[in-house]
Order: sequence, then C-alpha cells, then structure tokens
Amino acid sequence: MADLSTIIHNIKLKNPVLTASGTFGYGVEFDDFFDINLLGGFIVKGTTIHPRQGNAYPRMAETSSGMLNAVGLQNAGAQYFATEIYPKLTKYETNVLVNVSGSTVEEYVACAEIINELDHMAGIELNISCPNVKEGGMAFGTSCPSAAAVVSAVRKVYKKTMVVKLSPNVTDIAEIAKAAEGAGADSLSLINTLLGMAINAETRKPVLSTITGGLSGPAVKPIALRMVWQVSQAVKIPIIGLGGIMNATDAIEFFLAGASAIQVGTANFIDPLATVKIIDGIDNYLNRHKISAISDLVGCLHL
Amino acid sequence: MQMKKSVQNLKVISNVKLNDDHHLLQLHAPNQLESIVPGQFANILADQSQSIFLRRPFSIHAIDYQKNIISILIKEVGEGTRSLAHTPVNSFLNVIFPLGNGFSLPSSKEKVLLVGGGCGVAPLLHLAQVLSKDANDINILLGARSAVDIVELDQYAIYGKVFTTTEDGSHGEKGFVTEHSIFGVKLDSFSRIYCCGPEPMMKAVASKAKANSVSCEVSLENTMACGFGVCLCCVTETIQGHKCVCTDGPVFNINQLKWQI
Repeated sequence: MADLSTIIHNIKLKNPVLTASGTFGYGVEFDDFFDINLLGGFIVKGTTIHPRQGNAYPRMAETSSGMLNAVGLQNAGAQYFATEIYPKLTKYETNVLVNVSGSTVEEYVACAEIINELDHMAGIELNISCPNVKEGGMAFGTSCPSAAAVVSAVRKVYKKTMVVKLSPNVTDIAEIAKAAEGAGADSLSLINTLLGMAINAETRKPVLSTITGGLSGPAVKPIALRMVWQVSQAVKIPIIGLGGIMNATDAIEFFLAGASAIQVGTANFIDPLATVKIIDGIDNYLNRHKISAISDLVGCLHL
Repeated sequence: MQMKKSVQNLKVISNVKLNDDHHLLQLHAPNQLESIVPGQFANILADQSQSIFLRRPFSIHAIDYQKNIISILIKEVGEGTRSLAHTPVNSFLNVIFPLGNGFSLPSSKEKVLLVGGGCGVAPLLHLAQVLSKDANDINILLGARSAVDIVELDQYAIYGKVFTTTEDGSHGEKGFVTEHSIFGVKLDSFSRIYCCGPEPMMKAVASKAKANSVSCEVSLENTMACGFGVCLCCVTETIQGHKCVCTDGPVFNINQLKWQI
C-alpha cells in the first residue's frame, strides 16, 4: 500500500480524494452507499448567508459526455446550516469543508464568520465561480481586483484553511490564481463549471429555465487539466484539481498536471461509489509504478 | 424492514416485447429483497455513449419477493431507454434502488381509484399488488392512445376492477382518461385517488379530485441527474418551496403542490 496522504495547508488528508460541492449533498445522502470516512474529505453544498430557493425547473440538461446544471445555489442559509446540519456532520471523522458563496463581499464575509465558529469544519472553499446566480458568484472570479477583494475580506475573518474555487470562464486563469494567492488564499480548487447552453431543436426553446448553465463531466476534463497545469506554474500554494474526473486514471492525470488533491463531482451522480473506486485505483497505479507516495507524483509530468 | 438504497448489478432474466415501444424486463437481485414501497423507483445505468451519460429512472412495476425479482416497464422514448429496453437476457444492469418516497397506503379497508396514462401506468401495478393484500376495493383506470398501447391489462385485472379509455375508441371508452364516466358520478365514493402519467393528465385528475374533496397523490417524473437528493436538479414547486422529486417525491399529495387546478 502506497502512502496516499497529502496536505492542503493545515488540512491533513489520508488520501487525496475529496468530493465537489453540489455533488455530494451534506454527505449523509451517501451513508447508505459507503462509509464516507474513507474519503480524504468532502465539501458540502454551496452555502450563503441568506436562504436561497435556487432557479426554476428545468435545471439540468444531459449533453455530450456531460451535463449542464442551473441549480443556482439552493440552500437553507448559513444559520440553518450551523444549527440543523452541522450537528449531523460532527459524527464524521474525515475532513469536512463548507463551500461559501454570496452576492456581495459583505455576504461572503458574514457567511464565513458563521462557519468560522464551527470547530469540526476543517476549512472553507470560497466559491467565486458559480455561473448560475444573477449577482455575485462568478462575477467575483472573473477579474483580478474583485477576486482579490473578496478573498482578502474573508481572509480577515476566517482563521482556518481557505481554499478558493476558481472559474474557468476567464481569459487567463493564472492571473486570477495569482490574485487569489496574493490576497491570502491557502489553496486553490479548479475548475468550477464552464458556462454553456442546450437548445431543444424541436421546440426551439432553451432546455434550462435560465437559458445558460454550468457544464460538467468528462466533456470539460481537457480544459480542467490545461488550467491546473497553467495555475501550477503560476502559484506556490497547493492546488485541488477537478473537472470531469470519472476514474483513477483521470485523477492521476490531474496529479501529473500539478494538483495535490482532486475532487470528484459529476461522477457521484452516476456512480455513488466512484470515489472509493478512485482511491483504490490510485493505490493500484502507485504500486504498479513502484511510487511510494502520491506526493512523488504531483507535478511530475514528463516533458 | 424497508429496504435501504444501494447500487446493485441485477441479472436480466426475461425481456418481453409488449408492443412497438414497450418492453417488460424482469431483474433478479442476488440478495433477499426487503420491503419496497409502491411508487419508489430505480435509476438504471445504460451503456454509455456520446449522448448517454446519466442514468435513466423507472418506476418499480412489480415485485416478487419469493423469487427476488423486480419488474421494470420501459417505454422507448430516446437512445437511453431504447438501449435499456433491448438489454439481452442473462446480461446485467447496474441499478440504484429503491429510491424516493412512494405512495401512502390506507391503514384500513378503503375504496380507491388508481389512474394511469401512457407509461405512467408503471408504478400502479405494484401499488395494486400491495393494496390487494389488505383487501381494498381497488378500481384501476388506464388510458392510452389506442388498444395496442394498453399493456398488461390481465395483470392489473388480478388485483382490481379495470376500466380503460383510448383516444381512438379502440378499447374501453373513447376519449381522454379524464373523460371516463367514472369521473362523472360520485367521485367522492372513493377515499383516495392515486395518479401517474403525463403532467396535463395528472393536473386534470387532480382538479377533479380537489373539486370532490378526495385525497389525491400524483407521481412526478422531473428530469434528474442523481436520483438520491444531491444534484438538486429535479425540483418541483411546493407550498414549502422547492422540493426534490427524487427524495421528497416522486409522490406528492396534490395539496403540497402549487398546481393551478
């Protein structure tokens, strides 16, 4: 058995497999399927200071090797999370991170302050990349000054590990990555979904109620790999790679591109056991290649 | 004990073509099936292709607990359902089940009406099976376009009185299911109505139930990515805000929904 452990700032992961926010609920939904303590950790649903109903149905379109979603950060709000959901998460021994979003800098800060009080939460993932909300969300992640503004404001109130989740809907992701790092991010996760669209030719209508939505699944993997590679050349903080990871080989590709850990997202919808299969597969790969530790693989692309 | 959801590889032990676009698949589970509520569903993986990425959800049509068999009624509507409908016997399907809440069942003997339209008839056979165990007065109304589209009539007839409508009049009364004479008189002699089918039909049935103050449950089939409450894509508007059809449903009492009826 190879050493699968990895470190993201102050968070020790027993293996480098996390789950992507919005694809794993609050973890409890997977209790029937497997012991989620086997994961390096999981990242719970995007949380905002105020409750959000999210967008109207239809919110999903199946597309070539992927899907579009337009959920729009439906959640019951940070206070509800702290009082009703958090107590159910303290039973888990693995790392739990909360994905934090907002429409204004003040909302991000207020939400992060509430999460900061929750001892059992290992960190936050600051979502400056949600493409499905009218205000805020991705708007913060598409320019260097606004990314830096929200990251530095949250940095002042959030004391534990702060991962910043980047949007791929930008011209130069490395610049945004550097801005987030400069503003105090401890780690970067990328990529969030790509803005896309689906049309029903028969009805001549858009499939999604919001017309556009976020594309995920294997269709986005080459873009995600490219961006992880570019960002790994630009920053010193650890990177968490995600985007279309369906199996262990996909995960290995992200480690080679420079990710210290990975997140499994859309694959959870199709195979609730995808994460545990990926953990086993990573171990098999390392043993087969006689690599003793996953850390020896990170960024070791042969050029 | 009510069965927990799990991912299982189930063996296809029979695949019967019922008409041009309906197939009935019998799937054998390796382990003893525990109790599954009528109206619960299964999310089945089709062979992945460029255009098939997500699972396809199907109502559980019937269950044989002695033989550990669940039946799935599949209507071919696209590439995914076509691929699943033609699964060869002796091959395996990867199935997540049982999912969702299911219909609520009467605690004592009641006179009930089950209304199904098109492929929406699927969960009603399992419902009739379970209801018949408590010797309920079961009335089943099935609507379809034409006589060839009405499948498994003999199976429903085992458990209750069956009525039919067809749009072309080739079987039963002519017209839409909601035009059947059963809705013309004393609908309030039924203590509940269970309904599954296309949304306009369910709304029409719900409207009649509401007008006659009869309790009515409908089974929705919004498009979904996961089927177990994490993607939040299949929501419907309820009086308590957006609820997931996959976990809070697929069965809803019409009083919970914000339907204009």
